[in-house]
Amino acid sequence: MPKFALPSQSGPCRVLSFDDKCVGCNKCVNVCPMDVMIPNPEKGEEPIVVFAEECWFCGGCVQECPIGALTLVTPAKQRISTIWKRKETGEEFRVGMRNPPPPVTTPPSGNR
Amino acid sequence: MNWHEYAIKHGKLPEWPYEISYGKENVVESDVLVVGGGVAGCRAAIAALQQGASVAVAERGFTKRSGLGGAGVDHWHGAVTNPCSKITPEMYSDTAMKISDGYTNGLARYIIGKEGWDTLLELEEMGVQIRDEDDEFKDTMFRDEETKLLFAYDLDNKHCLRVYGNNIKPCLDAEMRRLGAGVYDRTCITALLTEGGRQGARVIGAMGVNDRTGEFFVFKAKAVVVATGGGKRLGSFAPELTESQSMFHINLTNMGHTIAWNAGAELVMMDQLYVGGLDMGYAPYSMGNADNTYQGAPTVDANGVRVQHASATGTLLTDERQIFQSANPDTFVIGHGIGLGPTNTQEYSVSTLDHALNDKISSGELRLPLYNDFTLLDEKHRRLIWGLMLSHEGKTRVPIYETLSKWGFDPDKDMLQYAVTNAELLSHRSSWTGLEHSPKNWVVTAGGGGIITDWRLQGSLPGMFAAGGFPLFGSGCHGEAQTTGRYAGRQAARFASEHDSAEPDRAQIEREKRELFAPVENEGGDIGWKELNYAIARVVQDYCGRYKTEEILDLGIKRLKDLRDTEGRRTYANNPHELGRLVECFRLIDLGICYMEAAKARKASSKILGFSRVDYPEMDPPEWNCLLPISQSDGQVHVRKLPCDYYRQAPYSDCLAENYEKYTVPAKKEAT
Ligand SMILES: Cc1cc2nc3c(=O)[nH]c(=O)nc-3n(C[C@H](O)[C@H](O)[C@H](O)COP(=O)(O)OP(=O)(O)OC[C@H]3O[C@@H](n4cnc5c(N)ncnc54)[C@H](O)[C@@H]3O)c2cc1C
Repeated sequence: MPKFALPSQSGPCRVLSFDDKCVGCNKCVNVCPMDVMIPNPEKGEEPIVVFAEECWFCGGCVQECPIGALTLVTPAKQRISTIWKRKETGEEFRVGMRNPPPPVTTPPSGNR
Repeated sequence: MNWHEYAIKHGKLPEWPYEISYGKENVVESDVLVVGGGVAGCRAAIAALQQGASVAVAERGFTKRSGLGGAGVDHWHGAVTNPCSKITPEMYSDTAMKISDGYTNGLARYIIGKEGWDTLLELEEMGVQIRDEDDEFKDTMFRDEETKLLFAYDLDNKHCLRVYGNNIKPCLDAEMRRLGAGVYDRTCITALLTEGGRQGARVIGAMGVNDRTGEFFVFKAKAVVVATGGGKRLGSFAPELTESQSMFHINLTNMGHTIAWNAGAELVMMDQLYVGGLDMGYAPYSMGNADNTYQGAPTVDANGVRVQHASATGTLLTDERQIFQSANPDTFVIGHGIGLGPTNTQEYSVSTLDHALNDKISSGELRLPLYNDFTLLDEKHRRLIWGLMLSHEGKTRVPIYETLSKWGFDPDKDMLQYAVTNAELLSHRSSWTGLEHSPKNWVVTAGGGGIITDWRLQGSLPGMFAAGGFPLFGSGCHGEAQTTGRYAGRQAARFASEHDSAEPDRAQIEREKRELFAPVENEGGDIGWKELNYAIARVVQDYCGRYKTEEILDLGIKRLKDLRDTEGRRTYANNPHELGRLVECFRLIDLGICYMEAAKARKASSKILGFSRVDYPEMDPPEWNCLLPISQSDGQVHVRKLPCDYYRQAPYSDCLAENYEKYTVPAKKEAT
């Protein structure tokens, strides 16, 4: 693996993760108000997050993805501050934890 | 993948994917140009199109999701003529003026009251759900059974609605395009065009740069609507770190204010400069709260002891319904997040937590951390908060609702922890409310300044209209932004139908191009946009902060000009994206100067404006209780005094309804 001399980023560098389903349609690239991503020069490959720091986490890209291949990655500073406690057992959970409880699948209110 | 993952995988950095043609000129002509395709701008475009005008929209980002309003909405304010409301447009406007000592836009607030409900009904036709169609909240105190509308904040007066606004921007965007708007995304507008290139003359278009290609755009139009929203980048030491905590995004730089100022238009209330603020850096809505979107959510301490709700004036509340009632039966809850400063609003404010919370935590009576215990709510109310509000409010659907659900948060079982922070905040405010983060001397938060207009929402320059809460020195809510957008769009279309187009001044265009493209044309630049932005913040925080005097403000203006002429000439941009950020910084320098000139103009301190002058410490002396319209031409700054209720003084009538009837342009449904 090549080793580059690269500057480090001052903010979160992940912000989005793409899963294997991504076909590189770039809809997420184009909907982003901040233009955080660029299309991958390799056709069909996932986009490249270039301006991660400028993401304001609206989630518009996630909603735009026609196949649900995109996840918003909460910055660590907020993963460690968004915490909940199960009332019955006193267990603590948080976004990003190891061994999380099963997801809750209740859909949001409203019909669209 | 990230750029460094790409580099490691391919052994090279990704190349810029779009063809770059710095300065290549494109000319776009339309009857009406809308600058900024946020919710206000989209509404302006739709309304102007319905009047039969041709419309171009120049948008910094991408209209489908851009702007503060792009990420959703759950509270709709000001729809006071909805069939259940007990508030009139007069009450709405007069109360806003009363509680802000006249320092807000009473004229715009009347228009909101008058047309806010119609504006919302049109939104329903465009596909936004505004009623409990599935009867999920039947037989709750929040719902009107006949209309199926849901209410927030004040269940007696029913003028603030809960809406399912997650898809608001996609709906507006689709409608605007369906009606035939020419949308120019990724275009950062940097200046208005004026007749003969003169400051103070008629506005005849705008100029800007595309941040993917670097191409230059000249928009020629008979009328222009400025709808660029607000901004918080001016005083920030880490403007790039908006991250998820931010209530403002990086494209928002108060550009409309700046281009209007540079064109010679009059601005007011740019002297509303709060000093203070928070830098906690939590993600909005990501933690326990009893405020705003979480209003009514029960709070308990670490031992499960209940923290009581209190009315805005401090009375402890025992009945759940009281949380959604006014503290005083003779007043009403005007709302929250509508740009009315905290000073005089108490009687008209939303309920809070126990005002003694601070003391009770300090004395050990209540133990941190606090939690929202949703299980104490009945099922429907729990669903109303978590299922509706926390999934339709801005920046909640994906970052909060879906993310927390995915990680297993279950409101039926779990208690959401509050921030462990200043107890004062816990009781009164949304504790995640920090707008930015980074070390600071203090945060200089410019408040509600903007473009002063007549009853047509036309600024002091012919052909320039303003729309949206921020450009109109108002609030910053959807009701205001969309209603004024819709109104200003109609007015702009009418103006365009009555005026010919004018040819832009070549010298003005060349001047703008020279400035915008210098960073990519000059060799040897070594200052990037972030460094310049920090330096601007340095000056603004030092010279426009707590210790304002004539000399300090003069020095601040001098420093900003120095920055522009020295470091500003040593800037570089690696690609059009960075160039976009850099030209925003150039305009932030102009904006900073505008704030400091406005601060110089007010030779008094003012509580409601959050404005302090060391050399004029007297608070709100009567002779200074007025707006101070400020403008510039030929290097001179002009200031005059104007009564705050100028819109009901000669040549206008004292009667709001009469003025409205006289100046409004009737709405049309479909394009003519
Ligand atoms: C998380 C969150 C939740 C909110 N919830 C509510 C709520 O429930 N109820 C409510 O009433 N309000 C709410 N608001 C406030 C509301 O979103 C704003 O008041 C409203 O969006 C303002 O509308 P606007 O069109 O004036 O500005 P914006 O929506 O900010 O739009 C401004 C537009 O101008 C564009 N622009 C800026 N500069 C330039 C330039 N130089 N060239 C071209 N285009 C430019 C921007 O890209 C943007 O698209 C919320 C805000 C946030 C952030």
